[in-house]
Amino acid sequence: MRSREITTRIGLLAACAWLLRPGAALAHQAGGEASGFLAGLRHPVSGIDHIVAMIAVGLWGAQLGPPAIWLLPVTFPIVMAFGGTLGLVGVKIPGIEIGIALSAIGLGAAVLFEARPKLGIAAVLVGFFAIFHGHAHGTELPANASAILYSIGFVIATGLLHATGIAIGLIHRWPAGKTALRVSGAVIALAGLTFLWQALT
Amino acid sequence: MFLAHLMSTGLGPFYDGLVHLFLTPEELLPVVALSLLAGMRGPRFGRAALFVLPAAWLLGSVAGRAIPPRTALPAVAALLTLGLGALVAADRALPYVSVAALAAGLGLWNGAWTGMELAKSHSSTFVTVLGTVCGVFIVVALLAALTSSLRAPWARIAVRVAGSWIAASGLFMLGWSLRGA
Repeated sequence: MRSREITTRIGLLAACAWLLRPGAALAHQAGGEASGFLAGLRHPVSGIDHIVAMIAVGLWGAQLGPPAIWLLPVTFPIVMAFGGTLGLVGVKIPGIEIGIALSAIGLGAAVLFEARPKLGIAAVLVGFFAIFHGHAHGTELPANASAILYSIGFVIATGLLHATGIAIGLIHRWPAGKTALRVSGAVIALAGLTFLWQALT
Repeated sequence: MFLAHLMSTGLGPFYDGLVHLFLTPEELLPVVALSLLAGMRGPRFGRAALFVLPAAWLLGSVAGRAIPPRTALPAVAALLTLGLGALVAADRALPYVSVAALAAGLGLWNGAWTGMELAKSHSSTFVTVLGTVCGVFIVVALLAALTSSLRAPWARIAVRVAGSWIAASGLFMLGWSLRGA
């Protein structure tokens, strides 16, 4: 009786293990909606060039204070989507990679020198750089993924990178924080120079 | 890709309709944007959106059921998303009548497509539409109430940022529709 009970339990465990094997869970490809949204969320954080530029937008906004602190992150995704739309309808923009590298250099330098241009000029500058990022990254839709949800995920991830930059930039209120921000701006500009080197060679 | 077909949840037509809204971002995003827009103007505007949008959606679906099925117009859904998102991002102080008219227009348009989709799928129309309309009512009630209750300046800015994300998503949707994806 005892050995029969043990055999039954082993049988049940084996059946559970068989049902929980990876093959059962991954029986269907994660295509369509879920993969589209997740791919969109993942894409902006998979490229260091996009990450540093997005964080720099937030850092610069935090340095400039209101209303730039929210105007720049509001401007960026809309103009970035415009750049993405240009890419989707087949409008070629020459030197996209160079533009992305220049965005890191320009935004990093703005943080380094605590540049304080007029609000409109800052918004235009950020918007100009956003076109390159949207054109390059916004259209890289993985196969079998939902285009709309990919785009939504992409926009949200970009916005969250800006928010991260703003959150880090809040250290600007302390003297040591101001210095740290300027150092981070220098690091971003140097990273941009590396991207430029890679784009040109 | 655009204007997703009705999905069978296995839970009956009501839940099919309810889930349809949440699985169709091109219908959901303009509803979210309109809720935020109405909520930003205060409870009176929120109440207008709360009752006009679902009622118009219901009317539109009845009319859509009678219209012969047409090819979807994804660019219109994209433009609605873009426009409403941009209005939220810009914090436009629209008059009461304009907000109500936007709610009516959006409800009639999306409702008509829901009706056409249901006519194609031969589903239990009224109960399914009721599910979608209840979903719309819930989204508007929650978001408009939440937005109108926000007092902190940063919270209003957060709503505007959300509007810019919706507008950006609409612009991308427009790009995909023009590309024919």
